[in-house]
Amino acid sequence: MEDLEKIKKKREEWEKNCLKPYLENFGERQERFETLSGIEIKRVYDPTDIAHIDYLRDIGYPGEFPFTRGVYPTMYRGRLWTMRQFSGFGTAEDTNKRWKMLLKEGQTGLSTAFDFPTLMGIDSDDPLADGEVGKVGVAVDTLKDFEILFDGIPLDKVSTSFTINPPAAVILAMYVAIGDMQGVPRNQLRGTIQNDMLKEFHAQNTLVLPPEPSVKIIVDIFEWGIENVPKFNLISISGYHIREAGSTAVQELAFTIADGMAYVEAAIERGIDIDRLAPQLSFFFNAHNNFFEEIAKFRAARRMWAKIMRDEYGAKNPRSWWLKFHTQTAGCTLTAQQPLNNIVRTTIQAMAAVLGGTQSLHTNSFDEAWALPSEEAVRVALRTQQIIAYESGIPDTIDPLAGSYYVEWLTDKMEKLAWRYIEQIRKMGEGSMLRGVLKGIENGFFVKEISRAAAEYQRDVEEGRRIIVGVNKFTIEEDLKIPILRVDEDVQRKQIERLRKVKAERDNDAVKEALEWLRSAAENNENVMPPILEAVKAYATIGEIMGVLKEVYGTYKKPIII
Amino acid sequence: MITLEKKIKVLVAKVGLDGHDRGAKVVARFLRDAGFEVIYTGLHRTPEEVAMAAVQEDVDVVGISIHSGAHMTLVPKVMKYIKEFGGDLDEMVIVVGGIIPEEDIEKLKSLGVDEVFIPGTPMEKIIDFIRKKVPEKKKMGRSR
Repeated sequence: MEDLEKIKKKREEWEKNCLKPYLENFGERQERFETLSGIEIKRVYDPTDIAHIDYLRDIGYPGEFPFTRGVYPTMYRGRLWTMRQFSGFGTAEDTNKRWKMLLKEGQTGLSTAFDFPTLMGIDSDDPLADGEVGKVGVAVDTLKDFEILFDGIPLDKVSTSFTINPPAAVILAMYVAIGDMQGVPRNQLRGTIQNDMLKEFHAQNTLVLPPEPSVKIIVDIFEWGIENVPKFNLISISGYHIREAGSTAVQELAFTIADGMAYVEAAIERGIDIDRLAPQLSFFFNAHNNFFEEIAKFRAARRMWAKIMRDEYGAKNPRSWWLKFHTQTAGCTLTAQQPLNNIVRTTIQAMAAVLGGTQSLHTNSFDEAWALPSEEAVRVALRTQQIIAYESGIPDTIDPLAGSYYVEWLTDKMEKLAWRYIEQIRKMGEGSMLRGVLKGIENGFFVKEISRAAAEYQRDVEEGRRIIVGVNKFTIEEDLKIPILRVDEDVQRKQIERLRKVKAERDNDAVKEALEWLRSAAENNENVMPPILEAVKAYATIGEIMGVLKEVYGTYKKPIII
Repeated sequence: MITLEKKIKVLVAKVGLDGHDRGAKVVARFLRDAGFEVIYTGLHRTPEEVAMAAVQEDVDVVGISIHSGAHMTLVPKVMKYIKEFGGDLDEMVIVVGGIIPEEDIEKLKSLGVDEVFIPGTPMEKIIDFIRKKVPEKKKMGRSR
């Protein structure tokens, strides 16, 4: 305390004798400095800024509550993060080939990008799928496509992540079916299914069923998954898309944690043991441009979740208090102009993710403001991670920014601001986070908050208050013809042909029977996972399975809010 | 002075399965603030629905936002249906925004798209383009 008094006094002297005369002569670049969330940044931080933070209580040691410094006691000294590039395009054959290239190049996990028809749970021959088959990811209609996708990829050695939401149960069932075919015990299957519908309503807009049945099916996956695939992450509670839709870092943090709480409450309502479920929850965050704010966000998220799980939901096992997360660098920061600059942006963002203690990472490719990435661009993106891992020395000590006056102050600040949102949501739900989040979807709260932030960000860019190098400053005349990946226009035809062949060869009675079982399970509020697995194994299509769920639960049309 | 000039009417459309609406909504907001009358279709519209809205609302501009790579299929479909439903493509301005590779920009223009705006395009450029192009096309369309 005496020290703080001394520091305070010295600081006042410095401001008067050193800073003030200097400012009078030179001034500063800006009137006000702020993070992307609009948090005002002070000129300099010192011990008085973090006097309210207690090291043992608020920061502590890695592997121990509240996990501010990381979930593992050795972090990257033990094992580096998983380098997991999100990838998929064209047919299952095309994607299988790209995956094998990535594994050969040193990637340590797979991550599946699906095309829009698959993401929306419709078949490739649906009129609405015209022009979209295989475009932004791989096309999957039936188990047959998964057989090709995982040809030569042993499921007991490689973990796979699936970015898919409304048909998450169908895709998880397909993966389990492939494991069964390869003879891999279900309890050895590792991977992640995104399965986070709440953020779809807030931001990502892959919308099929209404919110409540969507949550019901997610809890079905929890219930089935803890019994059958205990090493599989059954959800990836995602802030990434909320951020891409234009939210601030604080909103990303707050809404993601709020969604996580909603899922936990839904599981508890079902009677699921929180300590059994918690280790199978995972998170997914964005790594945007403001370096320190992103690091603070990751650290704050870990601390918040630990407190929530232990203190609010009474999880007993320390393992249940961990917030494990995947990170992707911010796609929305990539520029079409001077595309090579994106390599630098991605590097800074990836460094923030690593300094924030991520468990796995996707780095974007420099050409993605133009198209899906070319092979060369993907390689540079993967190399970026490898250079951080093997050359920079960053992973050699744990949480090296802990104790930085600024980073600790900002971590604390972001946590406080996020709590404010969470309490607001809880109030909307009259004490329940689950009801609060559903209410916020119904009354447009999340969409309005995010849209407002997106418009403000854009206004700052338009008016030159926010500089984007190569876009609104340091621009050049350039030839923008860069080599890009083109998806074979024949993919749609090939995919429809395969679908027809599968339909012709399968046992249609078995399909019908499985779909009837699914209908009855959905109507009687039973778990839909067992009938979905049965249907998948009978080669029912994703569109047929989702079709039954749509008939039982209805569909959702998002209200129009600009 | 009271101007009797009619406000320029713009339909901002999301077509296909793509749910990326940040760009469309931000553009809609800025066009509205610039004094245009803006209608936003909302998500996941079919080409028929977009074309029907454009014709029924008698808009001056259709702005199609696509981030799914399906632009070479969906944009020509929208234009075909506009014609079918009685819209006049000689007078209606068609613009596209999104993740569009350079070589497709040329192809879209040759199909009659008036302009393609890539990520990072200043709003001012979009607004100026519409202000200039709408009366220009109207005049040319009528002088045929």
